Amino acid sequence: MTPEELLYAKTHEWVRLDTDAAGTKIATIGISAFALELLTDLVFINLPEPGQQVAAGEPLGEIESVKAVSDLYSPVDGEVVEVNAAVVEDLDVLADDPYEAGWFVKIKLADESTPENLFDYASYQKQCEEEEH
Amino acid sequence: MSDAPPLRTPLYDWHVAHGARMVEFAGWSMPLQYTSIIEEHRTVRGAVGIADISHMGRLRFEGPGAAVFLAELLTRRVADMAEGQIRYSLMTNDDGGILDDVLVGHYHNDYGQPYYVLVVNAGNRTKIVRWIDAHLPRERAETPGHEIIWTDVTRLWAMLAVQGPRSVELLQPLIDADLKTMKYYRGAQVRILHPAAQRQGGIISRTGYTGEDGFELSVGATVASDVWVALLELGRRLGIVPTGIGARDSLRIEAGMPLYGGELTEHVDPFQAGLGFACHLVGYDFPGRDALLQIEKRPPSSVLAGLELAGRRVARQGCTILADSRPVGAVTSGTFSPSLGKPIAMGYVPVDLSRQGTEVAIDVRGRQEPARVVDLPFYKRNNKGGNQ
Repeated sequence: MTPEELLYAKTHEWVRLDTDAAGTKIATIGISAFALELLTDLVFINLPEPGQQVAAGEPLGEIESVKAVSDLYSPVDGEVVEVNAAVVEDLDVLADDPYEAGWFVKIKLADESTPENLFDYASYQKQCEEEEH
Repeated sequence: MSDAPPLRTPLYDWHVAHGARMVEFAGWSMPLQYTSIIEEHRTVRGAVGIADISHMGRLRFEGPGAAVFLAELLTRRVADMAEGQIRYSLMTNDDGGILDDVLVGHYHNDYGQPYYVLVVNAGNRTKIVRWIDAHLPRERAETPGHEIIWTDVTRLWAMLAVQGPRSVELLQPLIDADLKTMKYYRGAQVRILHPAAQRQGGIISRTGYTGEDGFELSVGATVASDVWVALLELGRRLGIVPTGIGARDSLRIEAGMPLYGGELTEHVDPFQAGLGFACHLVGYDFPGRDALLQIEKRPPSSVLAGLELAGRRVARQGCTILADSRPVGAVTSGTFSPSLGKPIAMGYVPVDLSRQGTEVAIDVRGRQEPARVVDLPFYKRNNKGGNQ
């Protein structure tokens, strides 16, 4: 998917909503290229284990750079079903392709309805432009 | 800290025009980084980098009473300093707590008159200026043969740090003194061989805050950007990059060098911080000297130690150090070390836990991370500069 087709949290995580073969709603989570640009010098990503329950707006993991550590927030309520080991092992995967190969976790949504408080690409872009000033 | 807008160095416009990420540091607007902290850090270790350190406070002392007055303020001897010599020293309060760590340099001007330059931390400049003013013996300073004239020249002079194994190669074409034979902790008033700066001269010293060979160069504020650009052009074939205060911090932590506000505060004494070498207590008098004579006799409650973390989460300033799940100290600085490829930190621990190899834990945001005490510095260069 292209960045334009994804949803975004205010805290710079992107969300892709899919329905799996069993009809369960799955959210794939990553972070935006804008956030990556701001962070720079990443040294470590700490992600939750599969099976962990997460809540929207709560910390999901940590992104460590030389200068500082930033929390990664879950944009949705649900259960972590898959973690991207490739991105934890090699941060270049994230730098090279933040929207596809650089995804972080897949979360089985607790609620079938579409998550709230997410923005479309245009609104997110507007937020980023404001943050730059 | 006041709400006044941050001060700008003479290179502020250059930094902004060249995409630096500007942050407020010690009351100044400074470049955190231009591209990547890790890349800037590695360039200093492997080639050469230049940094704008014009935020560093510089106080100039002259007159026949200058050396005597400085000796009354500093923990270290001044009177025996030869021309061109630089010393690391401390200033302490009456209780022996560290007010600042400074460099004092002894130079001669074009007329052969001696003067001293005190380089103080940016965040302490106002405090130190007030301290000096409060301790100035006014009557003596006006007495013929004992005059003390001192000036805060911080805003008049830019200061550039040229650091890395190729520093001599980079700087030599711009300086009329032989840099190759200049020793570590030596300096000189020199001519800058650049059309814009020729008439002003500058001060160069073989000093730095990176653990690498290098120099610190003070040039007039009005010619700073010309000299800066000339250095970048001269250094292109050497792989030079401008470096921000992000890399300055990771470089100095690897070199085990203390930062005021981190390792050093008014609540830390010089012996705890491993800076006893900078205190000459016998036969000298300065604020805190009597207190330090007493402190020196007692075993310190805690001492500064290096820490290497086993995991990859980075311990940062304020994190609690634990032994057997009991808090024993706090981290004063921490970063991910680009040279070692792992998180490193410094912090104060009880003496019995300060031996190399001692296993401790550090509470990093609620989770205990295993760590091991190691000797400082974390990084030591192989290429010795300055005929040490």
